Amino acid sequence: MSGIDTNPTSDFAAGAATEAPTITLTLKEQLPVPLEAEVISPDVIAGLRHDAIRALPVYLGKRLRRLDDFFDVEGGIGDQIDIRGDAAKVKWIGRGMTRGRIRVSGNVGMHLGAYMKGGAIEVSGSASDWVGAEMRGGLIHIHGNAGGQVGAAYRGSLSGMNEGTILIDGSAGLEVGMRMRRGLIAVRGPVRDFAGLQMKGGTIFLCSGAEIRTGAWMVRGTIVSFTPIRLLPTFTFACTYSPTFLRLYARHLTTLGFALPREIENGVYQRYTGDTSVPGKGEILVWQPHTP
Amino acid sequence: MLRITGGRVYDPANGVDGQVKDVCIANGRIVADVEGGRTLDANGMVVLPGGVDIHTHVAGGALNFARGMTPENQRTATPFFHTSERRAGLGGPTPTTFATGYLYAGMGYTTVMEAAVPILTAKHTHEELRDTPIVDKACFLLMANNEIVLDLLEAGDKERAKQVVAWLIWAAKTFGVKAVNPGGVAAWKWGKDAKGLSTPVEGYNKVTPAAIIAGLAEIVDELGLPHPLHLHCNNLGAPGNVATTLETMKLLEGRRAHLAHLQFHAYGGDDWHTMRSEAARLAEYFNTQPNLTTDAGAILFGNAVTITADGPWQHLLYQLTGRKWGNLDIENETGCGIVPYTYKGSNLVNAVQWAVGLELLLLINDPWRVFLTTDHPNGACFWRYPEIIHLLMNAGYRKECVNKLPPKAQKRIVLADLDRQYTLSEIAIITSAGPARALGLPNKGHLGVGADADVAIYNKNPDGVLLFRYPRYVIKSGEIVVEEGDIRKVIDGREFISRPTFDERIEDYLRPLFQQYYTMSFDNYPVELERIERPEVRACP
Repeated sequence: MSGIDTNPTSDFAAGAATEAPTITLTLKEQLPVPLEAEVISPDVIAGLRHDAIRALPVYLGKRLRRLDDFFDVEGGIGDQIDIRGDAAKVKWIGRGMTRGRIRVSGNVGMHLGAYMKGGAIEVSGSASDWVGAEMRGGLIHIHGNAGGQVGAAYRGSLSGMNEGTILIDGSAGLEVGMRMRRGLIAVRGPVRDFAGLQMKGGTIFLCSGAEIRTGAWMVRGTIVSFTPIRLLPTFTFACTYSPTFLRLYARHLTTLGFALPREIENGVYQRYTGDTSVPGKGEILVWQPHTP
Repeated sequence: MLRITGGRVYDPANGVDGQVKDVCIANGRIVADVEGGRTLDANGMVVLPGGVDIHTHVAGGALNFARGMTPENQRTATPFFHTSERRAGLGGPTPTTFATGYLYAGMGYTTVMEAAVPILTAKHTHEELRDTPIVDKACFLLMANNEIVLDLLEAGDKERAKQVVAWLIWAAKTFGVKAVNPGGVAAWKWGKDAKGLSTPVEGYNKVTPAAIIAGLAEIVDELGLPHPLHLHCNNLGAPGNVATTLETMKLLEGRRAHLAHLQFHAYGGDDWHTMRSEAARLAEYFNTQPNLTTDAGAILFGNAVTITADGPWQHLLYQLTGRKWGNLDIENETGCGIVPYTYKGSNLVNAVQWAVGLELLLLINDPWRVFLTTDHPNGACFWRYPEIIHLLMNAGYRKECVNKLPPKAQKRIVLADLDRQYTLSEIAIITSAGPARALGLPNKGHLGVGADADVAIYNKNPDGVLLFRYPRYVIKSGEIVVEEGDIRKVIDGREFISRPTFDERIEDYLRPLFQQYYTMSFDNYPVELERIERPEVRACP
């Protein structure tokens, strides 16, 4: 298991958030079609003057436009970005970012934090598909729901997220953690099919379980579910135990503002290994309360 | 009209080795002199004939399959944005059609040979080649596993086999004949391979890989095709395959043949753990066989996509790597396998492969018989040729690279002992003059009067990589297509097609076979000449 980020600078809960100069991007109006705005990243914006930021290129559909065609740009220059308004159609925010912080007050579109290597992103609303796809480090915290393919590998790629942490307070869609190699994904709400598909390492916490085919073709890695889930017949029961590392994880997640349910301390985990159809050495841990 | 003045000209086919002289161009040809027109000042630059790639995979069903199979490569590929001159496209290991033309031209190459075309998908290949701008091109037809041809060889009816081969070449509108793993791809349809040259091919009683190779080489010579049999030997990639390659060379004594991507056929050892370079042994024998030419098929470390008609090898590679695998069956004719691959310097086998390609280029004495290729995209992308040129021209840099290989690998190669450094003239031979001569293209690969005005002009720079990566000017058919490293004008290239003589009555033999065995009707099978935009048909005697 891996994914414990001991670097407090990537931790919202550590709190360095608010005092630093922040550039604020306020969406002017609802977008008719998706806007590709990978320039909204601290790596691009930090150090630019307002007029340069306003002139940054974005694509509305296939048309090249300026950032200020869609956003009002205000605030101090720094590597923190606040986005205000419903950015549900704004794609690629924080793509490949290595530092700084992005805070979205509202929803956000597809590919949030894809390929990111460091820094932190916080979204107060919901995010669409491919959150943190193929990320290599950093922290993403979605307070609403997320779409599918969280931390996943893009189609054809060998591996998905390879470090970093993704926290989702709401639900998530299909193929969460597909082909992830390292890192941590924790989802408080329900998750749909194929969580941990072809997983190669890392850890997924499912606080409210998942639908079908969880861990299909997983080779390594750990999926922890705090509610009973349907398992594929290619997973074999190994033992019932109470691993110490989960307590460390619980403590770590608490520092990130993502507390696990308290009652899990009063239970044990059934360990299933698989997916034997690959064959794989992954594990699915299913929590169950202590039986009196 | 154009005059290139003041440049050092390297035109080995005409014995010009770095002399300062003018090169004059009119009506798309090199001429003795011109009056008026534009003058290009090439003072301080070197002037070479445009490059000729004798073996590459840039168009067709298999390559398109590979493009579709590797979206991960497209995401990181160099984008070509639409401009007033250029169409949009992507580079990467399997560039899109338009980008392929731009990338070749952007390196100074003006002629490319698509090395593996099944007749059934020839229309697709020609459509893609039409969309590959600037460069002239031609195709080799896959033949060594064609079941009609194999049946005729089994029956000992060589004369009819010759007629069928001639008809098929013209039907597919191709330039030459390619043999891939003779008999092995046909055997793969039963899950087998053809490892031994004298063992009958699965499904046949008499016909062996040796009989196919000898038979096709003889047919190609009798038909008078400009390029000899283009042969991908049996046992590609396998440790110890040098024995098969040497046996194949002996089999071809007295006949013309071109051995494709020799690097993949020059290994010793008994398994992957003991694999070693046998380039020295192979080169020693090759040097004594003037009837043969070859291309290096060198590899470079990094991402590649292996695409070959050699289906059984690709299945093995898939099992070795656990990567994605594509397998195509081209009914009655051939097959195809596709596996993305990453060559790593830290990998013992890959390190040996890297050295073998360079060793062959350095140990084969006659640069007119060994040519620069990477079997694109199998060994590396064609747009990385400048890196190989740098390694060939700079022994010190080469040794530095050898020192970075795993110590185990260093003991299994001889590259560190080779001090030879290619001269610019030799580079001009292995990239242009030599392949043009081996292909039988008299107007390519030189700057003599009457030659096609395909010229590459580079800044004189001791660094081979920079020299060939950014040509100052590239002239194709007399037009300046690249200037200051950028595409300035896009023109259409021609397609070279061979027209061997055959008895039209061979169709009476083929038609019922088609009705019985093919899913395509006979009348829809041949590629119409009108489908090819700028054909240049060459009648064979």
